[in-house]
Amino acid sequence: MPTVEMTFTPLPAHVRTARLVATAVARRSGVPEALLDEVRLAVGEACSRAVEVHQEHCPAEPVKVALTGAGDRFEVVVTNTDVGDGGVEWPPQPAADGQDPAALPAELGLAVIAGLADDVQVSRNSDGLSIRMSWPSGAPAA
Amino acid sequence: MDLKLEHHTTDGIEVVDVEGEIDVYTAPRLRELLIDLVNGGHYQLVVNMEKVEFLDSTGLGVLVGGLKRVRAHDGSLDLVCTQERILKIFRITGLTKVFGIHDGVDEAIAARKSEK
Repeated sequence: MPTVEMTFTPLPAHVRTARLVATAVARRSGVPEALLDEVRLAVGEACSRAVEVHQEHCPAEPVKVALTGAGDRFEVVVTNTDVGDGGVEWPPQPAADGQDPAALPAELGLAVIAGLADDVQVSRNSDGLSIRMSWPSGAPAA
Repeated sequence: MDLKLEHHTTDGIEVVDVEGEIDVYTAPRLRELLIDLVNGGHYQLVVNMEKVEFLDSTGLGVLVGGLKRVRAHDGSLDLVCTQERILKIFRITGLTKVFGIHDGVDEAIAARKSEK
């Protein structure tokens, strides 16, 4: 069972709240301080992406975030409703040689996540499309 | 922490001081300011990010968009940033090759002046 579960209306303003909660639970779960910025940024990217998908396809559906701090990994799963868009390309492909480096890939957020979390899985299930990320955690804070 | 934006002209270069968090919620305000500056004829920009506490890919997209706008007028957009946690996202995305990133506003202005 996740340590903390939350759902939020797909509005950009709520992404910050999701980041703050994820960072707080990560700290509580014993994720080293040096990794908390990575957790904060990666969770923000995943939630931003989910909000964008929902705003386009299903603005009434909430975005789901599950945070699990048990064991030796802190795991975050961000799930958006399956909108049948063919999924995402994972891992994101680097820019081809000679391509203008200022030409940002469509899924820049995924590229950032790939660069931050050392364990990322993208999967599709009955709940929708999930981005699962984890980081090492130590002993939970008392 | 919300986003706070101020700007002033120094040596003919428009310096934008950014404070707070640049994310999917606040980035549109930075985008609007950069567009307004370019529309107002300011093509030499320095964005001071020393007080930025958080930057995500939406913010990066806004900065790249600003860079493209000033380049269309043969202008420039340099950044001031020494915070490792902010610099990291530029490195991950390869954008350190795209922006001039300086240690201070004076250095950014001096670098721009020396290229003229």
